[in-house]
Amino acid sequence: MLAKRIIPCLDVTDGRVVKGVNFTELRDAGDPVEIARRYDEQGADELTFLDITATSDNRGLILDIIEAVASQVFIPLTVGGGVREVADVRRLLNAGADKVSMNSSAVSNPQLVFDASQKHGSQCIVVAIDAKQVSPGKWEVFTHGGRKATGIDAIEWAKKMEQLGAGEILLTSMDKDGTKSGFDLGLTRGVSDAISIPVIASGGVGGLQDLADGVKLGKADAVLAASIFHYGQHTVQEAKRFMAQQGIPMRLV
Amino acid sequence: MKKIVVVDYGMGNLRSVAQALRAVAPEANVLISGEVADIESADRIVLPGQGAMPDCMRSLRESGVQEALLAASKTKPLMGVCIGEQMLFDVSEEGNAAGLGLLPGKVVRFQLDGQLQEDGSRFKVPQMGWNQVQQTASHPMWQDIPDNAYFYFVHSYFAQPEQLAHTVGQTVYGAPFSCAVARDNIFATQFHPEKSAATGLQLYKNFVHWNP
Repeated sequence: MLAKRIIPCLDVTDGRVVKGVNFTELRDAGDPVEIARRYDEQGADELTFLDITATSDNRGLILDIIEAVASQVFIPLTVGGGVREVADVRRLLNAGADKVSMNSSAVSNPQLVFDASQKHGSQCIVVAIDAKQVSPGKWEVFTHGGRKATGIDAIEWAKKMEQLGAGEILLTSMDKDGTKSGFDLGLTRGVSDAISIPVIASGGVGGLQDLADGVKLGKADAVLAASIFHYGQHTVQEAKRFMAQQGIPMRLV
Repeated sequence: MKKIVVVDYGMGNLRSVAQALRAVAPEANVLISGEVADIESADRIVLPGQGAMPDCMRSLRESGVQEALLAASKTKPLMGVCIGEQMLFDVSEEGNAAGLGLLPGKVVRFQLDGQLQEDGSRFKVPQMGWNQVQQTASHPMWQDIPDNAYFYFVHSYFAQPEQLAHTVGQTVYGAPFSCAVARDNIFATQFHPEKSAATGLQLYKNFVHWNP
């Protein structure tokens, strides 16, 4: 049976892993390769690296990090942040990424999703959606780290991205991110029910029950979390055992 | 020193495959190459592939190594991975692409529309993530790998071998499908051993030591 996935997320800036609260107030969480190896040993199903500063002057840094991690850690790696053209996708894949995530650039240039998936295959194109609730049952897409409203409905946007060739949706609730109060389950369920590609729930994990709820109630195919793992609150192994006890298919190591 | 060539025809995550081989066979010469001479002098060959099968077949043809690969497939241990597995078959539904014809059978797409998983959620295509591989036949490549071990999959299509005997592993996604095939000196998987942590590395280790 296909297992649900746990994906630790590593926000990277200037070659270090950091964790922010509501996209600000960055705290240092350690060396990327060391952290990646630890998560692999704990049974992480994938790793996601988000280059959260992603300005042109540090593009080389994330490539170096991916190369270093990919030579030592044999699980899928997703990289996002600052992907603006198909050539960026190729560079990241060549460095050892298995999937590349696009966010703001997919909004400003949806054709990029189509071109990149045509060129490299849907399996490696992830579209990241940052969404905020605007009314009951309605969420709006935000870009630029949550600073810019787009007026686009999140569920409609997810459908459009699927049609253009996205292979997966990384769905972050801006309302929940950093709050430790659990995923936005309405948003997660709404998107997951609307599309046929996998959905990764993100934003708001405070404890193990939140992860389980993301799968059971939100119908997410995978759950992404950062701080509960980075700061040693829980290991990935503990999280997987906890979820398995609730009847969720998990790969236990 | 053993020479293991990861065939470079412009498609696929060649580096991950090569790094996994290097991790399990530090004494071997693991080479990513699209040169005919390297394929001819290789002791073992890995054929990866990613993306769409029609593109992969076109790239393989245009790369100029297809003949050398077919010649090598007659005698040398050959491991196909993902689209590299699918290409071993006669034909794919994806773009009606002709394959290499090394194994009789065709490649088809998941048909899971309208079906729900046990927990009530939709079946997603591509199948993306870790799923269990049931070893339907014993094979030296399965050594030290437990039955029903998890491997990492990313795919929308899968191979349907014409002969049951060619399937050595199957996985259930909606219905059982063939995910590992073998014939003589050929072994191939739909899943990605280079992304399947310790279990995947064991499979590459077995390939390095396999003497069909």
